Amino acid sequence: MYIFQQALNGLQLGSIYALIALGYTMVYGILTMINFAHGDLFMVGAFFCFLLAVYLRLSFIPTLLLSILGVSCLGVIIERLAYKPLRNAPRVSAIITALGVGIFLENFTLALSPYSKAVPSLLDNTTWTLGSLSISSLQILIILLSLILMVILDFIVQRTKTGMAMRAISWDKTIVPLMGVPVNKIISLTFAVGAGLGGAAGMMYSQAYPVIDPYMGIMVGWKAFISAVIGGIGNIRGAMIGGFILGAVEIMTAAFFPSTYRDFVAFTLLLILLIVKPYGILGKPHPQKM
Amino acid sequence: MKKWTVLFIAITLFISSVFLISCSKTDPNTIKIGVIAELTGDIPAVGASCKNAAEMAAQEVNDAGGIQLGDKKYKVELIIEDNAGKADQSASSAQKLITQQKVTAIVGPNASRYALPAAEIAESGKVVLITPWSTAPKTTLDSRTGASKKYVFRSCFIDPFQGRVLAKFVLENLNLKKAAVLYDVASEYNKGIAEIFKEVYEQNGGMVVAFETYTTGDKDFSSQLTKIKKAEPDIIFLPNYYTEVPLQIQQAKRLGIAAPFIGSDSWGSEELIKLSGKDCNDYYFSTHYAADASTEATTKFIAGYKTKFGTTPDDVAALTYDSFGLLWQALKTAGKNDRQAVRDTLAKIPQYEGVTGNMQFKEGSGDPIKSAVILKIKDGKFTWFANANP
Repeated sequence: MYIFQQALNGLQLGSIYALIALGYTMVYGILTMINFAHGDLFMVGAFFCFLLAVYLRLSFIPTLLLSILGVSCLGVIIERLAYKPLRNAPRVSAIITALGVGIFLENFTLALSPYSKAVPSLLDNTTWTLGSLSISSLQILIILLSLILMVILDFIVQRTKTGMAMRAISWDKTIVPLMGVPVNKIISLTFAVGAGLGGAAGMMYSQAYPVIDPYMGIMVGWKAFISAVIGGIGNIRGAMIGGFILGAVEIMTAAFFPSTYRDFVAFTLLLILLIVKPYGILGKPHPQKM
Repeated sequence: MKKWTVLFIAITLFISSVFLISCSKTDPNTIKIGVIAELTGDIPAVGASCKNAAEMAAQEVNDAGGIQLGDKKYKVELIIEDNAGKADQSASSAQKLITQQKVTAIVGPNASRYALPAAEIAESGKVVLITPWSTAPKTTLDSRTGASKKYVFRSCFIDPFQGRVLAKFVLENLNLKKAAVLYDVASEYNKGIAEIFKEVYEQNGGMVVAFETYTTGDKDFSSQLTKIKKAEPDIIFLPNYYTEVPLQIQQAKRLGIAAPFIGSDSWGSEELIKLSGKDCNDYYFSTHYAADASTEATTKFIAGYKTKFGTTPDDVAALTYDSFGLLWQALKTAGKNDRQAVRDTLAKIPQYEGVTGNMQFKEGSGDPIKSAVILKIKDGKFTWFANANP
């Protein structure tokens, strides 16, 4: 029972990591750039949820949809204003800019109010008990919603024309525009989808861990980025797998070792994994992404 | 041409900044007191209370015409620095206050992890620093020799005392013999108090069945709490800050843990109630003062604070106010606005009646001799439950 409970905990944490990791991996796939502001977009998602739930008193579904929409728009704006002018500059410039955007978002939120906020629960949370196993409806909802979002994303990327265009651009940015693919539009769309998933993750996170602050995105963002690397950065299915692996490793280390070693053991294991598979689980040694 | 313009601007800026700094030269008729507070960062409520109480203490003195030293009355000027919830910025703020602003004494920072670096700077700069809220023993101890620092004081009790009080309270008053502890291993304060609680609790016949940790910034405690649940404790001790405690209690309840919780003075912020709603009701925590069972000085302070800021002062506010009270008394006894003289009189204040109770300092230690209180959270209000003497 104990192990099932811990597995469930791992799934919940992992699904959040996976959702955020998708944003990192999609942007990397299409622009070979690491969007370090992504963790902060996740934080903005949680704050959108707070604002919508407290001031507009919306229920769960509208809050979720509006948070996704809001963060998507923000993602596109950031891409247009901060990254597009640097598209042909060295990668390092773009990464520094991304860090800057992240710090801007943190401090902008901080300037509005430095206090931690309590996000109200938007759903009646019921806890079912099976012997010593406790399952909350929220836990199930988070895991299911993340899985649904991931299936939808996988469908878009693998089965639609837009998805094909995304994969084509990540393959070659010079030839593809000559074939009539609207590169700018597709890149914006990629940012919108990636940021939207981050927003969804932020919203769900703020329901599961309802005290939010402007710095919450940093650590979670790092961990999601690591998930993306474990899965093979640039690879969408890899990011999902990576997220669940990191969630499980973190929870299980704390479950069977003294919890002080949680991050130490978890990250040592991941280092070993990267030594064995330097391109991540599903990554390929060639620069062919997505 | 462009290069010269840039150079010109740079030089102008440099000169004007030098000019500005030299402008902030000491006015001989004011006493400058520095305040370092956590105005932004992870515990802004603490910083805000500290700043409010500091402004109130200074205003009271200035409204009365200032402090009488010798045959002259001095006004008080506060210089408030934000340490942004960072250890390095706490140290640099202290440095700036000492060397640039030439303050007579410093009050703050509050959390031990920020007070410690600032205290080191104050000690080497030979300027009195009173931290209102840092309960970690190390703050007032020399890092090399382990002896007491000469210039660092506090107006609160220390962790070993608090850990002991709580361990005894759980065993004797609540009569619960199996405890679990979940604490932040990366934070000085949480770690210190958790370890002392464990030691005293086990010495007195209790059993700590789970001793779990996490690191600052973690929001998911499910793994540790599941482990705690398996150990079946009678009570769970959470010596953690008010931003994390609500998450820990909520997640524990979601995992089906029914055991009650108990906390330390880091719970004592109105923010705890705002963030946790009803989840904290009926739990106990130890702290510095009770706003509802109070002396004349306390009632006056609370009323004044309420009219000025619209909220009940929390323990940080009360302790900051007391830090200033101690400072005024030291200044008056010393009779002059001098760093060394203030230190010498402060170090042996025989009796000070503060908002948070009576305090006494003895030469050779920066820690006051004072008592603690246990509060109970009832319907979202902190209510007095018991006193605990040293």
